[in-house]
Parts: sequence; C-alpha cells; structure tokens
Amino acid sequence: MAIIERPSDEVEVVDQSTPSEATPESSYGVFRRPVETTGWKSWLFTIDHKKLGIMYGVVAMFFFVVGGIEAMLIRLQLAGPNGTVLSADKYNQMFTMHATTMVFLFVMPMAAAFANYFVPLQIGARDVAFPRINAFGFWAFLFGGLFLNTSWFLGGGADGGWFMYAPNSSVAFSPSNGVDFWGLGLQITGIASLTGAINLIVTVINMRAPGMSLMKLPIFTWMVMVVQFLLLFAMPVITVALFMLMFQRSFDATFFTVEAGADPLLWQHLFWIFGHPEVYILVLPSFGIVSEILPVFSKKPLFGYPLIVFSGAAIGFVGWGVWAHHMFASGLGPISVAAFSVATMAIAIPTGVKIVNWTLTMWGGKIKFTVPMLYAVGVIIQFTIGGLSGVTHSVAPSDTQQTDTYYIVAHFHYVIFGGAVLGLFAGMYYWWPKMFGKMLNERLGRVNFWLTIIGMNLTFGPMHIIGLQGQPRRMYQWTENRAGEGFFNIGFWNLVASIGTFVLALGVLLFFVNIYVSHRKGTEKAPLDPWDARSLEWITTNPPKEHNFDRVPQVGHLDEFFHRKYEDRGADGHHEFHQVATAEEVLAEEEKNADGHIHLPSPSYWPILLAFSLPIMAYGVIYNLFLLLGGAVLALVSFYGWGLEPHTAPEEDYDPPTGTSMEVASHG
Amino acid sequence: MADTAVHADDHVDHGAHHTSTGLSNNKLAMWMFLGSECLLFGGLISTYMLYRGRHSANLGPDQVWDIPFTSASSFVLLMSSLTMVLAVSSANRDDDRNTKLWLSVTALLGALFVAGQVYEFTTFYREGLGFTTSLFSSSFFTLTGFHGVHVSVGIIMLMSLVGMISKNKVVGDKKEVVELFGLYWHFVDVVWILIFTLVYLIPA
Repeated sequence: MAIIERPSDEVEVVDQSTPSEATPESSYGVFRRPVETTGWKSWLFTIDHKKLGIMYGVVAMFFFVVGGIEAMLIRLQLAGPNGTVLSADKYNQMFTMHATTMVFLFVMPMAAAFANYFVPLQIGARDVAFPRINAFGFWAFLFGGLFLNTSWFLGGGADGGWFMYAPNSSVAFSPSNGVDFWGLGLQITGIASLTGAINLIVTVINMRAPGMSLMKLPIFTWMVMVVQFLLLFAMPVITVALFMLMFQRSFDATFFTVEAGADPLLWQHLFWIFGHPEVYILVLPSFGIVSEILPVFSKKPLFGYPLIVFSGAAIGFVGWGVWAHHMFASGLGPISVAAFSVATMAIAIPTGVKIVNWTLTMWGGKIKFTVPMLYAVGVIIQFTIGGLSGVTHSVAPSDTQQTDTYYIVAHFHYVIFGGAVLGLFAGMYYWWPKMFGKMLNERLGRVNFWLTIIGMNLTFGPMHIIGLQGQPRRMYQWTENRAGEGFFNIGFWNLVASIGTFVLALGVLLFFVNIYVSHRKGTEKAPLDPWDARSLEWITTNPPKEHNFDRVPQVGHLDEFFHRKYEDRGADGHHEFHQVATAEEVLAEEEKNADGHIHLPSPSYWPILLAFSLPIMAYGVIYNLFLLLGGAVLALVSFYGWGLEPHTAPEEDYDPPTGTSMEVASHG
Repeated sequence: MADTAVHADDHVDHGAHHTSTGLSNNKLAMWMFLGSECLLFGGLISTYMLYRGRHSANLGPDQVWDIPFTSASSFVLLMSSLTMVLAVSSANRDDDRNTKLWLSVTALLGALFVAGQVYEFTTFYREGLGFTTSLFSSSFFTLTGFHGVHVSVGIIMLMSLVGMISKNKVVGDKKEVVELFGLYWHFVDVVWILIFTLVYLIPA
C-alpha cells in the first residue's frame, strides 16, 4: 500500500533506546518520533483513521452540547412575550453562534467522524491515502472550533447570522472582534475540510479492495465521496469571501463599503455559492447512513442502488445551480429568479427518487424495528416534511412572503435535524458495536428516539405556524398585543416550541446516559455481527484491529459480506438465500489466510504542530502581527519536519503482526 | 536515508500496482488540490471583474497599467514553465545535476517575476493607488497578490527541493516529486495567463 510510511517495530526499538542511539530518520535532534500505541500520546500523535474518527465524534458531540445550550437560551428568550433572558446583543450572538456551531462544528465533523472511521473499512483499505493529512485535518478542526468559541471570552461572539451578510458584518455595525473570530475560525476549519476532502476522494478512488468497482461501492462511501467533491469546490469560494471580509475588517479594504460603490450582493453570491452546496454537504452523509441501515433491517438489498448513486451525484451537480434561491428577496430580476426557481424545483426530483427507493427497500421486507432502523425511518418521514416545505420556497412569490420568517427556520430544521442529525444518530446506534465492541441499550435507545422525535416536532413544527403568521426570524422579542388570536396565537406556539426544546434536550441527555449504561462494568461484549449486516466493514473484529483486515478482502459483490454468509439457491430469476456461513466462520477464514506483511504508518508530531500554528496566526491577525509571524514560523518548521519525515523503511523492518504466513500480500 | 533512492523506486512500483486506478495517490491529490484552486482564483477574478470599473477618474486600469513592462514579466514567468519542463525531463533521466540546475533556474525566473510585481505595486502606490483607495485597487491587489503569494510559495518549495536533492533527502519517488512541483508551477502560470488577459489586456 502506498500509504505505508514506517514499520512500528523499528520505531519501537528507537523509543526504548536513549536519544543518542536514535537513528537520524526517526528522531529530530533530541526528540524521538512518537510510537506509543496506548496512553494519551497514542491519541495526540495518532494517524490511525479509526482513532481520528472517534476523536472527531467526541469533539463534535461536545460542540453539539454547546450549540444545544445556545439553542435552549434562544428558546427561553422567546418562550414568552418581552423576553428578558438575553439582551438584544447577546441574542444576536447566540443565534449566530448556534448556527455556526451546529453546521461547522457538529454536523460536518460528525459526518467526518463516520467518513474517517468507515470509508477505509467499507472499501477494504488499511487506512486513508494520507494518514498524516488526516490527523492534521482533525486537529485543525478542533483548534479552529476552540478558537471560534474563545470569542465568547474576548469581547463577545459573532453577531451577524451564520451567513454574515456584508456590509452588515463591517466594523461599523459589528464593532466587537466576534466577526473576526468567526471569519478566521471558519478559515481554519475550512482548511481542515479541504484537506479531508482531497484525502477521502483519493482514498475512495485509489484504495479500494481488489474487485470493488465503483458500482460495488457501499452506498455510504458513495455519498461521502459526493460530499467530498462538494467540499473540494465549495470551500475555496467561502475562503475568498472570508479573506475579503478579513481584509475589509482588519486592513480597511473596501469590498463591502457601499458608500465606495461596493455591491452588497457580492457577499451574498459568494456565500451562497458555498452555502447551498453546504446544505447537501450536511445531509448527504446521513442519506448514505440511512441507505446502509434500511436494507439490513428489511432483509432486502437496497432497492435501485444505481439510482440512489446517480441521484446522489445529481443532487451534487444540481446543488451548484440553485444558490440564488436564498436571494429571491434581494431584487435579482425576473430572469434570474425564474431560472433559479426552476432549478430548485428540479433538485427535488433526485431527492424524491431517494425517498421512493428507501420506501421500496422496506416494501415487502422482514422489517425489524431496532433503534437504528427507527432513526432511519424517522429520517425518511421528517426529512420529507422538510423537503416539501423546501419546495414551497422554490416558488419565488411564495418565498418572498416567507423570507426571513420562522417558516424558513422550521424548514431548515426539519431538513438538517430531521435529515442530517437523525441520520447521524442512526449511524451511532448502528455502528456503535463495530466501533466500541458494545451494544447500546435498545430499550433506552427507543426512549431516546421517541423523545427526540416528539421533541423535534414540538420545537420545529409550530414554527411553520409562527412563520406563516409573520413572526420574523432573528427578532429578540415578540409582543403580546401583536400575537394574534385563537389557534394561530403565536404566543401559544412559541411556548410549545420552547417546551419542545427541553424534550429534545432530554432525548439527547438519554443518549449520553445510554453510553454510560452500555459501557458499565459487566455489560456483555457485542456479538460479531449483531445486525446480520451486509457490507465490508463487518468482515473484521469489533472494534477492528489496528490494521483493519487480516487479509484484504477480495470483493465479488455489492453487499460482499451478505454474499459470503448467504448462498442464492433460487432459479429462474427467483432468489432464495440460504445461510451457508456465520460471521464467525467468515472471519475465521480471513484470519486463516492473513497477510504476512502488513505495513502501517507511524504516528507523527507534525500534523498537530502544523494545525496548532493556525490559531496562533489567527490571533495574530486580530491582536498583533508579530504573533502572526510567530505562527508562520511554527508552520514553516512543521512543513519542513513533515516534508523530511521518511515515508518508507526497509522491508525487513516491517512488523508482521499476524505472523502466520510469510507470503507477501497481493495488496499488502 | 542514503538508500532512499533505491526504496523510492521500489515505492513507485508499489504505488502503480497497488492503487485501484493505477494512478499514484500523490498525483491524484495534487490534481484535486489544483481543481479546488481553480474555484479560489475563480472567486477572486469574478470579484475583480465586478469591481474593475469602480475607481476615481484618474486612477483606473487604463491610467496605471504599463503593458510593455507587465508583458516582459509575464514572458519571464512563462519561460519558467519551460525550464520546469526541462527539470522534470532531467529528473526522469535520473540526472540530478540538471534537475537541480533547471529547478534553480525556474525559481530564479519566478523570483524575477515576483520582483517585477513588487516594482509594479510600488509604482502604483507612488502614483496614489493604495490597497484601500478604491474597489478597483482592493480587488486588483488582492487578486494579483494572491497570485504573487502562490508564486512565492512555489519558489520556496523549489529551493527546498533543490536542497533536498543535494542532501539526498527527498522522501518518496524523486521523479514524481519533481513532477508534482511541476504541476503546481504550471497551474500558477496558467492562472497568470488568465489574469494577464482579463486584467491587463482587455481595456476597462
């Protein structure tokens, strides 16, 4: 494998020796190359995609809680008339940071967690194409997220909304450093996304197990790849916008100064050219997860696999041509509005295709309503509601009425919470035994699920009514005398929405309780194949060994694992599957034929150091240009350290972890 | 480290046989990165095209450009693509001496171009066109500045590569590393052709 950088054996020797005995390749002067496989150093300097995936997940959950607390403060403020929980200024910061945190620091990295952990496993690889870049991506995301949130303690968070429309985000209207922190923080997490995208695309294209053609790729991996292409082309556009915002705020450029003749729509276009693909970046990974789960618990193959693949790619393409539907109210002119309106209606078609395919996957299947299945079905129903209200926005006259009301808030929460977040929870319940070797408790999981569903519908459902009644978004107070009468009284529905938030929070809390309960001492180890699963990631232990697979699997089918367990004895186009092997037997067969030489990359200091230089430079831009210089020096040192770190080592140094066969692996 | 070269060859062999497409991971990644860069420059160029006419009467593109000078420096940059090709070709022939020579010449030509840009910026500044003077100047300096930074980063990388070849410290396949640097360098040149045409040659 091209990814192999260092044998663990040789470095181990270096570690135990005194620095003076260290070979030049594995040490940097007095420092030794990190080689720990346990303890905190094994996490800090790891380049193992599975450890990085878990760290992505943990950090994303932390930011989910932060963003959730921000949401609850918003709903507390709006629970009754003339709310006093937050000042107008704090309220602005709260909804800006809530959205930014949930989009950039929870949903995207949570999807990255699953992508990192499962894409190599699903394609039968031992790691991603560039393990060090992968590690760098995680640390850049973490440091960027922390940097962004330090603004709370340094003069207040950003307050311009997550879209940060210029010129409203200029110094005159937003004098604190919040917007600076926001812009620079997103630059840093953007670098993380971009490097991650390149890495995962190369991984999927180049590192598939023998026999795995693109149309035998597990559907989650497919959707992840589409998302990475969207990131690859969307991130540079927001990068340009953020640079201009930084030049505007920190170096007095005039890009958004309307008095100087600037076009106020420039930012909106740049932002939404990024921002609309971003919507699909958020939701497509969950579509992939749902498409993995439905067949497993319906005991049927995914209905119309090629159609789901192509509609996913179609969503990716058309997603580039609809950005201006976020700007219908900005006076674009009738031709633009008509074109973007039609394109937006068109994008509902591939999305509808997916929903139909999912439904038909379940049709006639032996459905088992486990917790992951419940969440997956939840996605279909809740996302469809959000999708339908989305189509109402595509009709420009109706959208003009809805713009900047709570109806929009209702729509995108059904899409992002109902589509993306429920899907991510489905993934957690489904893959938990694979990642941690323990099952999450099903009974608690059911309560968790129903509280989440009831909570989200209580919270976001009433927002349709509130919005159509005309309550604007981003207003920090509403008043009783304009609340309306009877069923449509927005006071009542605001209260319901606020109560819903707490039900939702209780649901999320139960998830954490479930983790605790399921990992207490004495809980049973998860079975090898608890769900009777179908794809490649299950042809390995729970949790997988460091090298993922003892033998790189040879792939003959879509749903390879299923076809190793079951044999088709039907005739004349009639299928009749009989179990011929258990998961244990399949695994034993793999272990018996284990590869003799397995090369794994070694840990490195440089990814975390390089990532650490980024927030230093960002603080430098805000506070002191010498700090910027210091950060740049650290970055340069890291670049050279990284570039000079050896890739390969002599063959005889490699560790044969399985030790049963001396045959060199064909894929090894 | 002394035997890197031997293993590097080994590595290529591995690489070619062990990726699903036969393409090397590094090369594919570089193409992806350059694809992403297209959108970066796309955004900057669009902004410039939107704002090129927004300036005070006497400090617009038609007043400040010195086309013969910029043509000369553009020619220098384009010639550096030629020397880069010679470097790649030398690397393919395992000719370290000439690889280093042509990489250095490429870096030198690049530096000459950047020097020209610094001179040009200074002249504009003396004539009263600062970064914050007008929308035209902000977007012009941002676009060409981003390009200049790309060239400068390229120069630093080229010189580092020359040093690494001298000390035999290139990690991985040397031929491929030189080729990857070449891809980046040519991309930066192609972007300049676009910028030179759209920014300088088409009258505002």
